[in-house]
Amino acid sequence: MRHWRREFSRRHIDIGGRYASMSEFLQFFFSGLTVGAVYALVALGFTLIYNASDVVNFAQGEFVMLGGMVTVFASAAGVPLPLAALIAICVAVAVGLLLYWLAIAPARGASAVSIIIITIGASIFLKGGAQVAFDKQFHKLPSFSGDAPIDVLGASILPQSFWVLGGTLAAVLILYVFLEKTLVGKAVLATSANRLAARLVGINTATIMALAFGGSAAIGAIAGILVTPITLTSYDVGTMMALKGFAAAMLGGMGNPLGAVVGGLLLGLLETLGAGYVSSTYKDGFAFVMILVILFAMPQGLLGRRTVDRV
Amino acid sequence: MLAVRNIGISFGALKAIDDVSFSANAGQILTVIGPNGAGKTTLFNVISGVYVASHGRVELDGEDVTSLAPDALAARGMSRTFQNLQIFQRMTVAQNVMVGRHLKERRNLFADLLRLPSVGRQNRETREVALQLLEEVGLADKADVLAGDLSYGGCKRLEIARALATGPRVLLLDEPAAGCNAVETEEIDRLICRVAEKGIAVVLVEHDMKLVMKISHRILVLDRGKFLAEGTPDQVRENPVVHQAYLGNRGAKEVQGA
Amino acid sequence: MTTLLNNRYAILAALAVVIAVLPFTFPSNYYLRVASLVWVSAFAAIGLNVLMGKAGQVSLGHAAFFGIGAYSAAIGPAHLGLPSWASLAIGACISGLLAYFVGRPILRLKGHYLAIATLGFGVLIALVITTESRWTGGPDGMPVAKLTVFGWRIGTAYAWYWLSAAFLLVGAWIALNLDDTPTGRAFLALHDSEVAARVVGIDVAALKLRAFVIAAVYASIAGSLLAMMNGFVNPDLAGFQHSVELVTMVVLGGLGSIVGSIVGAAVLVVLPQALTVFQEYENLMLGFIIIVSMVFMRDGIVPMISKLIARAR
Repeated sequence: MRHWRREFSRRHIDIGGRYASMSEFLQFFFSGLTVGAVYALVALGFTLIYNASDVVNFAQGEFVMLGGMVTVFASAAGVPLPLAALIAICVAVAVGLLLYWLAIAPARGASAVSIIIITIGASIFLKGGAQVAFDKQFHKLPSFSGDAPIDVLGASILPQSFWVLGGTLAAVLILYVFLEKTLVGKAVLATSANRLAARLVGINTATIMALAFGGSAAIGAIAGILVTPITLTSYDVGTMMALKGFAAAMLGGMGNPLGAVVGGLLLGLLETLGAGYVSSTYKDGFAFVMILVILFAMPQGLLGRRTVDRV
Repeated sequence: MLAVRNIGISFGALKAIDDVSFSANAGQILTVIGPNGAGKTTLFNVISGVYVASHGRVELDGEDVTSLAPDALAARGMSRTFQNLQIFQRMTVAQNVMVGRHLKERRNLFADLLRLPSVGRQNRETREVALQLLEEVGLADKADVLAGDLSYGGCKRLEIARALATGPRVLLLDEPAAGCNAVETEEIDRLICRVAEKGIAVVLVEHDMKLVMKISHRILVLDRGKFLAEGTPDQVRENPVVHQAYLGNRGAKEVQGA
Repeated sequence: MTTLLNNRYAILAALAVVIAVLPFTFPSNYYLRVASLVWVSAFAAIGLNVLMGKAGQVSLGHAAFFGIGAYSAAIGPAHLGLPSWASLAIGACISGLLAYFVGRPILRLKGHYLAIATLGFGVLIALVITTESRWTGGPDGMPVAKLTVFGWRIGTAYAWYWLSAAFLLVGAWIALNLDDTPTGRAFLALHDSEVAARVVGIDVAALKLRAFVIAAVYASIAGSLLAMMNGFVNPDLAGFQHSVELVTMVVLGGLGSIVGSIVGAAVLVVLPQALTVFQEYENLMLGFIIIVSMVFMRDGIVPMISKLIARAR
């Protein structure tokens, strides 16, 4: 039977000179989705802040790092995992708010590039802070519900993958309900549509922006907590995470929350399938090749809108 | 000189300019008027290559220049000013005008990087021309002031000087007198007439009806992106379509009073 | 003083005096090495300033060209048997050509799209350098042959001090030359209003490309110099953080100010050296400097000082 499947695949699914089988593909597919879900959360965080304040927050990856690292160190100190995770989210939110109040709000009116540099500075600062406060080692969290792989159509999936996918889905749904159904959420949407008009109808846009930074930090931290059992964490995982999340947001079209999620999943799949079938050494490169291709071919992303300069 | 045929541009479902045609002749002033949102500035943006037309043609001396970029148009003799001031804030007034001479200068990157003597010589010539143009628009005394420090009216005139520096055959002026006081408007008024007398085809967008009626040879009226009327100032003044359908009562009085 | 800051010969003369006097104040060769590091970094920053400060285009991947220069100086002699100075020239050519071809599509983008595209390009180059270990030694880096000019081996701290300073003076002279030339004016015009620049006939795409190529060649030469000076290269030279440091030098010193780029480079090179005791805190300090300087000195150090002087009069 197995032999037959081999033959089949050799004749029909010959990709990149390797003999790919259905189960191998599924394996890549699920791990791609898992990684993609994390990128989606980071991209969602980007989008939330970008929509509320036009800021491209390169420190977004540091929230992911904080989520993972704080949980690791809190649980190592004897705090039960769920409580440790909660503490990590709170720490990330506090850092997000401080980032807004201390670095972004005072720089109001600076150019887009200046603000980008400020957030990069914040990213390096937080990385440096984590290096001092924690250490420079790699850390792992125990999986939330064991390490026994679950067999799905011949592919073995880690239980933690379901936690990541489920957690992402939950975060996306909560964010959706918050934005669409609550008054504060609608204020966020109004602010992102037109800041001046929002201020004119009495929305405190500064509060909304702070809220966006806090919320975005929480989303990032959740991503970090969910993924640490699979990918490990250390003080410097944030930069790459931010870059990939940004690529995902770009892929989906900057400012489009649905696009961010789709972009994240696509990027995760692309990266895993690319690493599996094309070249594993250039795994990290796919995201950036993708950024460049997207920007050159369709600068507005997959789901973005066209804009026109006014003169 | 400049011929625009059935030009149009859409943004999504919105037809910002729909099927507008006109031509501008050397030495004449053609003014485009219309209420806010009539598409005057958009029309300029399409003609000058800032936006790409959805359909129609723009011709310069019979040559189709429809989809050419602004810099290619400048090389063919079209220049313009902007309603919302696009001066080079960080340069001096004279340097702003010198930038306008860009196409007339020899440009060799290596000569510039090494500052060969020829670069200095050419700089002096270019500055000379720039100072003459500043004299013409009445900014000679401000030549070495930072352009960002000019008054609003000064900026408007600087834009005209910079556009003239390119040596245009067609000049598009987008509300050159907007925000200027009566004295400044008068000066700009005379300046535009002098420009036309040199044989340049001037296309003007302007709200000041008094100015429009006084200096225009022909007037084109737009409404919501569409052609409404065209004619001499007298014809437009008498045109009931313009009165009723577009200018409304108050505007109509303004036109008749002018 | 402000007029002096605008006269290129006054600037170059002042710089030459500083360069000539500094070694006499140095108690040890260590300071010479730090100063050489400043000159080399300033050289790269000046090039990037032509792109960012003059032409108004950001590059968050500029360390890529620095890395290409550095690795050319390493690979040329080691793998291809080329002399070091020829490797420097070849690296500069490769960087220039690469900038020319990559710049075409990238420079059509604006604002943070441009930032992310240049960033992506930079990360890719760094990734290639890290991965192709057969040529580059991989993440651990590789040694670099010492520079030999006409059989004269340049190895001492003094020799490198004077050589890097000479490069800096020439680099600053060339960048200063651009001011008030057709190209320099067109750069500034493009920075202030792209649409107005196009309307007066400036081919904006070609011009941005020129600035990008100039900046790439500067960075590449600086990279080669640093590689030969240190005798060692590693992929961090091409990495994202180094790109950010280069941008910070330019912005901290003052966009558009050539003197500013030298000052910015000095701050960013000397400060971590002064803080080596607190090596743990280097990232923390760097991040802090970046945030504080961007929030409170948006114009950068040198323009701020010249404004203060102008106001004091």
